[in-house]
Amino acid sequence: MSQAFRLGSGGRIDRSASLRFRFDGQSFQGHPGDTLASALLANGVHLVGRSFKYHRPRGIMTAGSEEPNALVQLAPAKARTEPNVRATVVELKNGLVAESQNRWPSLGFDLGQLNDVLSPLFPAGFYYKTFMWPKAFWERVYEPRIRAIAGLGVAPAKPDPDRYLHRHAHCDVLVVGGGPAGIAAALEAGRSGKRVILVDEQAELGGGLLALPDAAVEGLDELAALPEVRVLTRTTCTGYYDHNYLVMLERVTDHLAEPDPDLPRQRLWRVRAGEVVLATGALERPLVFRGNDRPGVMLASAARAYVNRWAVRLGSRAVVFTNNDTAYAAAFDLHRAGIEVGCIVDVRPEPKGKLVAEARELGIRIRAGSVVTGTEGPLRVNQAVVAPLDQAGGIGGYLGTVEPCDLLLVSGGWNPNVGLFSQARGRLRFDDALAAFVTGDASLPREQRLRSVGGAAGDFSGFDAPPTPLLPIWAVPSDRRGKAFVDFQNDVTAKDLGLALTEGLRSIEHVKRFTTTGMGTDQGKTSNVNALAIVAETLAKPVAEVGTTTFRPPYVPVTFGALVGHSRGDLFDVERRTAMHDLAVARGAVFEDVGNWKRAWYFPKPGEDMHAAVVRETRQVREAGGILDASTLGKIDVQGRDARTFLNRVYTNAWSKLAPGMCRYGLMLRDDGMVYDDGVTACLDDRHFHMTTTTGGAPRVLAWLEDLLQTEWPELEVYLTSVTEQWATMAVNGPLAREILAPLVEDCDLAAEAFPHMAWRAARIAGVQGRIFRISFTGELAFEVNVPADQGAAVLAAILEVAEPRGVTLYGTETMHVLRAEKGFIIVGQETDGTTTPIDLGMDWIVAKKKGDFIGKRGLERPDLVAGDRKQLVGLLTKDQKTVLVEGAQVVATPTGRVPWPMLGHVTSAYASPNAGRPIALALVAGGHARHGQTLWVPMPGKRPIPVEITAPVFFDPENKRLHG
Amino acid sequence: MLLIPCPHCGPRAEVEFRCGGEAHVVRPAEPESASDEVWRDYLFVRKSPKGVHFERWNHAHGCQRWFNVARDTVSDEILAVYRMGEAPPEVGR
Ligand SMILES: [Zn+2]
Repeated sequence: MSQAFRLGSGGRIDRSASLRFRFDGQSFQGHPGDTLASALLANGVHLVGRSFKYHRPRGIMTAGSEEPNALVQLAPAKARTEPNVRATVVELKNGLVAESQNRWPSLGFDLGQLNDVLSPLFPAGFYYKTFMWPKAFWERVYEPRIRAIAGLGVAPAKPDPDRYLHRHAHCDVLVVGGGPAGIAAALEAGRSGKRVILVDEQAELGGGLLALPDAAVEGLDELAALPEVRVLTRTTCTGYYDHNYLVMLERVTDHLAEPDPDLPRQRLWRVRAGEVVLATGALERPLVFRGNDRPGVMLASAARAYVNRWAVRLGSRAVVFTNNDTAYAAAFDLHRAGIEVGCIVDVRPEPKGKLVAEARELGIRIRAGSVVTGTEGPLRVNQAVVAPLDQAGGIGGYLGTVEPCDLLLVSGGWNPNVGLFSQARGRLRFDDALAAFVTGDASLPREQRLRSVGGAAGDFSGFDAPPTPLLPIWAVPSDRRGKAFVDFQNDVTAKDLGLALTEGLRSIEHVKRFTTTGMGTDQGKTSNVNALAIVAETLAKPVAEVGTTTFRPPYVPVTFGALVGHSRGDLFDVERRTAMHDLAVARGAVFEDVGNWKRAWYFPKPGEDMHAAVVRETRQVREAGGILDASTLGKIDVQGRDARTFLNRVYTNAWSKLAPGMCRYGLMLRDDGMVYDDGVTACLDDRHFHMTTTTGGAPRVLAWLEDLLQTEWPELEVYLTSVTEQWATMAVNGPLAREILAPLVEDCDLAAEAFPHMAWRAARIAGVQGRIFRISFTGELAFEVNVPADQGAAVLAAILEVAEPRGVTLYGTETMHVLRAEKGFIIVGQETDGTTTPIDLGMDWIVAKKKGDFIGKRGLERPDLVAGDRKQLVGLLTKDQKTVLVEGAQVVATPTGRVPWPMLGHVTSAYASPNAGRPIALALVAGGHARHGQTLWVPMPGKRPIPVEITAPVFFDPENKRLHG
Repeated sequence: MLLIPCPHCGPRAEVEFRCGGEAHVVRPAEPESASDEVWRDYLFVRKSPKGVHFERWNHAHGCQRWFNVARDTVSDEILAVYRMGEAPPEVGR
C-alpha cells in the first residue's frame, strides 16, 4: 500500500521524491512537504491513537498545532525520542519512526478500551472520590495503577544528545503569524525601514492561504528583499510576557533527516519588541455530539487543507456538519477533488446566500435545521445519524436517518486565536455574532504595545467563506446514550461538565479543575469555548457572565532542552577555581563545592578514606603545621575619608583606634540584630582597609554595604571594591609556621615581638610582594600569606618546598572545620541561621556598649532577643566518648518521650576530634548558657537517644597558649 | 520580564536588576530612643498595595546604582523612575 489515498494531482508536495517512514512498525511512503499526519492520511491511516482516559480510538482532527488527538511518540526508545508530539506539525523526513501512544497490546485492539465500557466508574473527578479511602492506598495502589492505564507517551530515558541555543533579539515590530494579514503587516513595517521579525510556525509562509486550492502567497519576494526584515519559519511564539517581551521556539533541524551537526536542534528566541502585531489567525472549533471523536471526524478547515495542500483523498463519502458558512467551502473543495459529499447538515433552519446556491448547483444536498445526533463505526466513522431540530432545539424522540460516510466534517464556528493577546494581559470579550471570544479594546497595560490583525482580531473579511451568520449550538441533542466530547485530549464529555455543576461547582475555574477540561498539552484550544458555553447554557446564563478562559504560556509544548539551552552538564553553573587549584589536584585533593568555588576538601594518601585523611591532617596541623588555601574568603577593599566611620557602623565592635598595621575580627549584624557575616579587617592606613568576609557571603555582603552607602549614608565618602580574585591567600598554621616562612620572607621580621598576633605586615614572600596577616582560625600560630593571584601558585609551591620535608602539608576544608570547632570558632551559616544573635553565640564581648549606633544595635534590644530561653551556643560531648552526632539532629531533655517530643535545639557542627580525643559537637540549645554540666539527649536514626553533656563550646587549648607558638 | 529604565544606563532587562523592596522606609534617626513598635514597623511592616508601589531597584549587573521605581503591581507598568532621596512623584491613574 503506497499512498493509495493520494489525489492524482495538486498539493504543495514534491511528488518527484519519496520519503520512507514507519508508523507502529509498518513502513509507508510520503513526499517532501507532507506532515506525518498528511502522509498517514495519504496512506489511508485514520486511526492514530487512543484517548487518555477511555482509550477510545482517535484520529486526526486538525491540520495544525491545536491538534488534541493525534499525539505520537517519535523515535521510540531512542535517546532522541519525544512523546506527545502532534502528528499534524511533524514534517515528514526520510527514516522517520513514530508510534501511537496509550494502547496495549495494539492500536486496533486495546485492552484499555475496557475503560470506555466501564466508564460509569470513571466520571469526572472520580479520583477525588473513589480512591479517597483508605488514605495510604492512594500513593501505593490507586495512583500507580491509574497512571499506568491513563497516560500519554513515554519520557526519554537517556540523556538528550542534541544541542539547544538561546538567542536574544530586539526589533521595532514583531509580527506573529505569517498568513496574509501578517505578511501585509510585515511588508508595511518593513517598507518604512523598521527592523521587523516575522515568525510563523509552519515551514512556509501563507497561513490559511496554504489550505486553499491553487494557493498563491503574495508579497514573499518583496519581503525577502527588505533588508531589515527577518523571517523565521518553523518558529512558534510560545509566550508573551511583560513589557513586550516574547519567547519563541525555532525548530532548526527537526525536519531534517541528516542535520548539519554544527546546527542546534532548536533555538529559543527571547525578543523585546517595540510593537507586536498578532496575526495569529483563527482556529475552527468542533461541535459536541455523540461520537464526535471517532477517526474520520475532522474539522472542515482541516479537511480542506488535507485535500488542497497535501492532495489527500480523505474518504469516499463525506458528510458535513456545520452551523456556519465556512464548511461549505470545504465541501466544495472535496467535491471538486472527487470525494462524494453526501450532504451538508446545517443547524441553521434557512441557510441563505451564494454558497447555498453553489451547493445546489453542485448537487450537494443540504439538510437544513438538522444536526448529527451521533456517529457509528468501530475504528472509523461509518455512518452519521441525522435528525431535524424541533422548535425547542431538541429532536423530539426522532431517531434520525442514517447517512453512510467515512468522513465527517464539522464546523462549530471560529475562535480568533487570542492566546497571546490574553497572555499579554489583554481582556477578552464574548462576541455574540461570532459566538467566540475576541480581543477587548483598550484593555492592555501601556507597556504592552500590540495590535491584532486579521482573524486574530475577529476580522474574517479575508476568508472566502466567512463564519457568519452563525447559529450557535453547544451540546447537540443525542439520539441515544454515548459520549459527546468537549475536550478530546483529556477525555472530558458534555456530561462531565453537567456532573461538575450537579456537584455544586459554579466557578468556571473550579469546573475546569474538577473535569480537567482545557488542561491538556493543547491547553483546550479546540475545547475551551465549547466548555464555557455548555456550562453557561446549563446555568442559563450568558457566556460572558460565566467567565473567560485564561491563556498561559507556553502556547505549544516546549522541550526542556530548549528551555535549558547550554545550562547543563559542565555548563550548568560557573565553576570558580583558586590560583592554587592545580597544586591541590597534583596532591590528590578531593574537592567540595562551596558556592561556585571548588575547594580542596581533604587530601587522602593512598589507602586513606576521608575519615583517615582528616584525622591525619588535623593531627599534623597541631603537631607540625598545615597550609590551607583560603583564597575563597571574600575580600573587599575599603577606602575613603570616612572608611573608619563606616566600619564602626557596620561592625558591632569599635574601629576608631585600630592602628595601621593591625587587624581586628568583626561581626556584622542585620538591623534586626541577627548575625549576618564575620571576618577579619586590616587597617592599611588611616583611610584604607582590607576587609574579609565569609566565602559564601562575599557577594551579598558587598552588595549590602554598597546599598548602605548609596541609600542610607550617602554623606559618607567610602569606596568599596571586590578584590576577592585579586589575592591568593594561603594560611600557614601550626608550631612550625614561623620556621617554614622565615627562609622565604624578606623585608619582614616574623618574630613575636616585631609581628604580634592580629598584626599584618607588607613583605616579599618567595620574591613576590604581598601581605602577611598574623591571624588564626585554628588556634595555632598562623600567618595568612596574601600575594597577587597570578603569583599564588608559584608562592605556594615555594612554601611547600620548604614545608613538606618538615611534615607540613596542605590540608582541606574538612580539617579546617574540625580545627575551628575544637576551638569553638563559629561559622556563619552553620552555627547561625538568620535567627541567631551574638549574645546567643556567647559573643557578648564583641558587641560594643559604648560606641554610637551601629547596624543591629537597636535590634538586639527587641523583647524577643533579650528573653532568657533563647537557643544559645554550647558544646556537646557524647557520654560514650565514641558516637559522632549528626549535624541537624535535635536535642531533647529526656531519653524517652511521646511525639511531639519537646525539642530544645539542634546540633550545628559535629566531628570526631583527634586532638580532643573524642567526638565533639556544637549545638544551639534553649537556655544553653545556663545548662553547662547538664545531661541532655540527642535522638538519631536507628539508635536510642544518645546522652550528651552540655559544655562550654571550646574543646582544645582553652587558654589560647598555642596561638603564640 | 520587565524593561526597567535605569536612570544612569537607560532601559535594561529585569534580569540585570535586583529589587530591594519597598522604598521610603526610613530608618529611625535615633534608634536608641525608638520604641519597640517603631522599630518593628521599620524592620518588618511593609506595604503590599494593589496598584502603585514605590520600590527600590539596584542595577546589579550594570552600573550597580540604586534608584526608586513607581510600579503598578497590577499591570506592571513602570510609572516613574527617580533618584534615591527624592520624594515619591505624583503618579497613578
Ligand atoms: Zn544602570
